[in-house]
Amino acid sequence: MEQPNLEYINQLARGDESIKNELIDVIKTEFPEEKKDYYNSLESKEYKRIEENVHKLKHKISILGLEKSYEIANEFEHNLRELSLDRKEDFDEILIAISDYIEII
Amino acid sequence: MNCIIIDDEKMARVILKTLCNEIDSLNLLEEFSNAIDAIKYLNENKVDLIFLDIHMPNFSGLDFIRSLKNPPKIILTTSDPKFAIEAFEYDFIVDYLLKPLALPRFKKAIDKAEAKELKAASSTINNNFSKNEVDNDFYVNIDRRLIKIDLPSIYLIEAKGDYIKIKTDHKDYTVHSTLKKIEGKLPGSLFLKIHRSYIINIKKIIDIEDNSVLIMKDVIPVSRSKRPELMKRLDLL
Repeated sequence: MEQPNLEYINQLARGDESIKNELIDVIKTEFPEEKKDYYNSLESKEYKRIEENVHKLKHKISILGLEKSYEIANEFEHNLRELSLDRKEDFDEILIAISDYIEII
Repeated sequence: MNCIIIDDEKMARVILKTLCNEIDSLNLLEEFSNAIDAIKYLNENKVDLIFLDIHMPNFSGLDFIRSLKNPPKIILTTSDPKFAIEAFEYDFIVDYLLKPLALPRFKKAIDKAEAKELKAASSTINNNFSKNEVDNDFYVNIDRRLIKIDLPSIYLIEAKGDYIKIKTDHKDYTVHSTLKKIEGKLPGSLFLKIHRSYIINIKKIIDIEDNSVLIMKDVIPVSRSKRPELMKRLDLL
């Protein structure tokens, strides 16, 4: 599986450590909240809410340079609109990989 | 250009803020996590450009667009281009940016917004000077008297606490008002806010040096963020 990276964040920060740190801080705060919202919405089986949460998480996936995972998230989001949970397991794996990564950055 | 950001995701707002800071002509006024708060803000404040996320829960970017009476220019931000298609029915939509946003594409979108602004300013010039003389003046209330002021004769408007000082070729007037209020009544083709305390008539500028302009006998500071817009508006050889 592809690994999350800070390439995009480094490009955006252009060597400014304070910007880089701010962006990383936001990911570290916002990602766990969004992940929690996603699992809560899964429990309540509210497809619209699940889709909204996947959409938000999708942005974090792209920021961390996970191009293939982004496509998986897109497919999952589309499936949710059809009230299908197909690709949920793949999406959950991406979330685990990101959770592990943000622990070490 | 004065701009605001509307996006429910903090990460997206921080990225946009970082990109706005890279562009001198952009002055970020405020950021909002929901469209309802932004509507309230727009009722009270003049904004030239909005960065708008389309996909937001409860009240989406499209709902927001439909609710606007006098929309400023809008640049859409989205992870999904198909959400932007409907919005392109509106001529005030300048561009759309796909997330994650990057500086080169962001700069292109700002160029488009600035080109649109200049086009609107030149059409205002034509309207103001050929169509209607009534558009060339307004009335101010001073000591219960309504006094007519000829717009082209104004060379400087200065904020003074709760008052503004309007300086014309012939006379100065002190009026109980704010720069923000009077700015909305002035033709953008002739007047430019070059500092938080000063609006000038760009046709009356005598010279410009570093970060100040000489206008009649007054030397007025120019904010760093306003200087590129001022330079664009001058007829340089």
